[in-house]
Amino acid sequence: MAITKKAVKISKKHLLGIQDLSISDVNLILNEAKEFILLNKSKNKKIDILRGKTQINLFFEPSTRTQSSFELAGKRLGADVMSMNIVNSAIKKGETLIDTAMTLNAMHPDIIVIRHQDSGACNLLSQKVNCAVLNAGDGRREHPTQALLDALTIIDRKNKIEGLKIAICGDILHSRVARSNIYLLNMLGAEVNIVAPTNLLPKDIEKLGVNTFSNMEKGIKECDIVMMLRLQNERMTSSFLSSNREYYEYFGLTPDKLSHAKKDALIMHPGPMNRGIEIDTKLADDINKSVIKEQVELGVAVRMACLKIFCE
Amino acid sequence: MKKKYFLNANIIDPHNSIDELGGLIISEEGKIEAVGKKVNKNNIPSREKFIDLNGKHIFPGLVDMRVFVGEPGYEYKENFRTLSNAALSGGVTSVVTMPNTDPVIDNVSIVDFLKRRGRDKSKINIFPAASLTKNLEGTNMTEFGLLKKKGIIGFTDGTKTIQNTRLMSRIMKSAYDLDCLIMQHAEDYELSKNGMVNDGIVSTKLGLQGIPDISEKIIIERDLSLLEDFNCRYHISQVSSAKSVELINQKKNEINFTTGVSINNLSLNENDIGDFKTFLKLSPPLRTEDDRLSLIKAINNDLIDVIVSDHKPEDEESKRITFSQAATGASGIETLLPLTLELFHNGSVKLFKLIELLTSNPAKILKIDKGNLSIGSDADFCIVDIFKPWIVKKEKIVSKSKNTCIEDKKLQGLTMKTFVKGEELFKI
Repeated sequence: MAITKKAVKISKKHLLGIQDLSISDVNLILNEAKEFILLNKSKNKKIDILRGKTQINLFFEPSTRTQSSFELAGKRLGADVMSMNIVNSAIKKGETLIDTAMTLNAMHPDIIVIRHQDSGACNLLSQKVNCAVLNAGDGRREHPTQALLDALTIIDRKNKIEGLKIAICGDILHSRVARSNIYLLNMLGAEVNIVAPTNLLPKDIEKLGVNTFSNMEKGIKECDIVMMLRLQNERMTSSFLSSNREYYEYFGLTPDKLSHAKKDALIMHPGPMNRGIEIDTKLADDINKSVIKEQVELGVAVRMACLKIFCE
Repeated sequence: MKKKYFLNANIIDPHNSIDELGGLIISEEGKIEAVGKKVNKNNIPSREKFIDLNGKHIFPGLVDMRVFVGEPGYEYKENFRTLSNAALSGGVTSVVTMPNTDPVIDNVSIVDFLKRRGRDKSKINIFPAASLTKNLEGTNMTEFGLLKKKGIIGFTDGTKTIQNTRLMSRIMKSAYDLDCLIMQHAEDYELSKNGMVNDGIVSTKLGLQGIPDISEKIIIERDLSLLEDFNCRYHISQVSSAKSVELINQKKNEINFTTGVSINNLSLNENDIGDFKTFLKLSPPLRTEDDRLSLIKAINNDLIDVIVSDHKPEDEESKRITFSQAATGASGIETLLPLTLELFHNGSVKLFKLIELLTSNPAKILKIDKGNLSIGSDADFCIVDIFKPWIVKKEKIVSKSKNTCIEDKKLQGLTMKTFVKGEELFKI
């Protein structure tokens, strides 16, 4: 295992979105992450390449997996990790994001990981602080580390991405995961199908270079990967769908629908899942088809790679 | 006041169909005494001092039909004094102020206050609009008749739209009886709910809720249908999309109504928002380049009558936050003229036409004796070097709020002097 402090160069100071990255940036992150997969499986999981560095996790939205994944990633690299509890902070007392940023900046962190409910919040933060900013999800815009870990999972199983046919299904409208994945999978040479009821399809999404379908069978036909998204009921302000059971009937992933994809198709889901709404519960747990747990596992490796690269 | 003589100017006065090289004489009372090519060195008294303008332009003082002032309630954003200085620096001498203040301009007593403040603090002509509904709530009509008697020249809910169709039809009937001007901001709230930018590839990429162009069209369509029965004086405050223009084209010959457009929608498109520039969060939103081009075409086809600045001062604190939290609107009264001149310089619209949309057309819609150089009228005018290049800098903005949406833009055309009632109130 060769994990050294070797210098790696990334073209950007911050990781705000896949849109800003070049293909060599992506390869750099993915290659670095591959080395951490092994580390995470070994007995001693801790190294000290980020010793003396300070990482602040600034989560304005509730998150279990992303926050814990970033926290663990930082700790395994030896960084001092502080997770801000926004519920008790001054933000609830009316402090603006910029004021919070300036306060934190004065504490000289080396990296800030931010999740925010507003699209572009990480861009705003990055303009005001001296350290690197990693986007852990902003509104509906981007969730770059999720897309990177999805790509790593696909490469781990299929050895490549180029030429694969990948369907992203479900609530595309509210999904930053979908957007980041579209950019990344397109960049890496996959053919991307978007499957969603028209009510949950963002305007002009086909201009991003994807095929759109409102029929699930057609959309996942011959696909190598079927990526399901969570129905984000909490973001739905007015009626998008008649009912969850109707949604499941037409857009929920069932063995029957999956039979239209390739025989060896893999199922992915960024979590948390709504079992019985967007995915059949047995399928979600089918170790031959579902790589959902692997996604979580590789998530830590991808975030370690990002922390390492952007800290330098 | 001494008599003033200006010679050798390119004078454009659409109201009087003047577009010629000539002079302008201002009487001792501050009125227009003579104008046009007949005013030259040979026919003014030789002892009088005159100003040779060397071919610079004289336009009637601009009439801006859509201006937000922070008084009362938001004086920290803009007051009558700062608004008036900003306007003068851009050649604007008359403005219609929107009623979206605190308290709202919705009753007779507040109008008295407003007129007094406007008179004492402002050097330009203030024409206050009152709200269509009490407290802008969209439920109960204000007293159009009584307000009109107090000097209100038009009614609008400003940034808000009357959603209730029955109420809108009643408003039109009242306005018809009382000969009142109704100005509608066209936006269907259900369709535009939580929207921030044009619904399209930009909203998809930025992950921001979109405002579809149909939300504007559907209100215009509804109002024009209502107008077929009661043709009151009706003005669409701002159009932003090709779809609306197409509809206006279909109806223009059947029904009497007028249409405005913001200079922002004529000059910028959704791509200018770039990396979440909150200063470009506008209402109506900036739309596609095709939409922008359709608006220019509409001006040339006489489908749009007025260009407005949609001047909406907002303090830094309301803009230095995330895009979804940021306030809507941009400060723009002082750049209205130079930004409009860009359409002339790039060959989109003829100069005479543009000046018509900034002066005589709004005055005609408002039924005010402004925006012209008619003999005997108040000498409200500006002297403009239409070729002078300059760059918009935030720190040079005169308005109290610096939220310009064209920071660092290179413009051509600068107001050299502005006069109100014959008095020189601005000089570069």
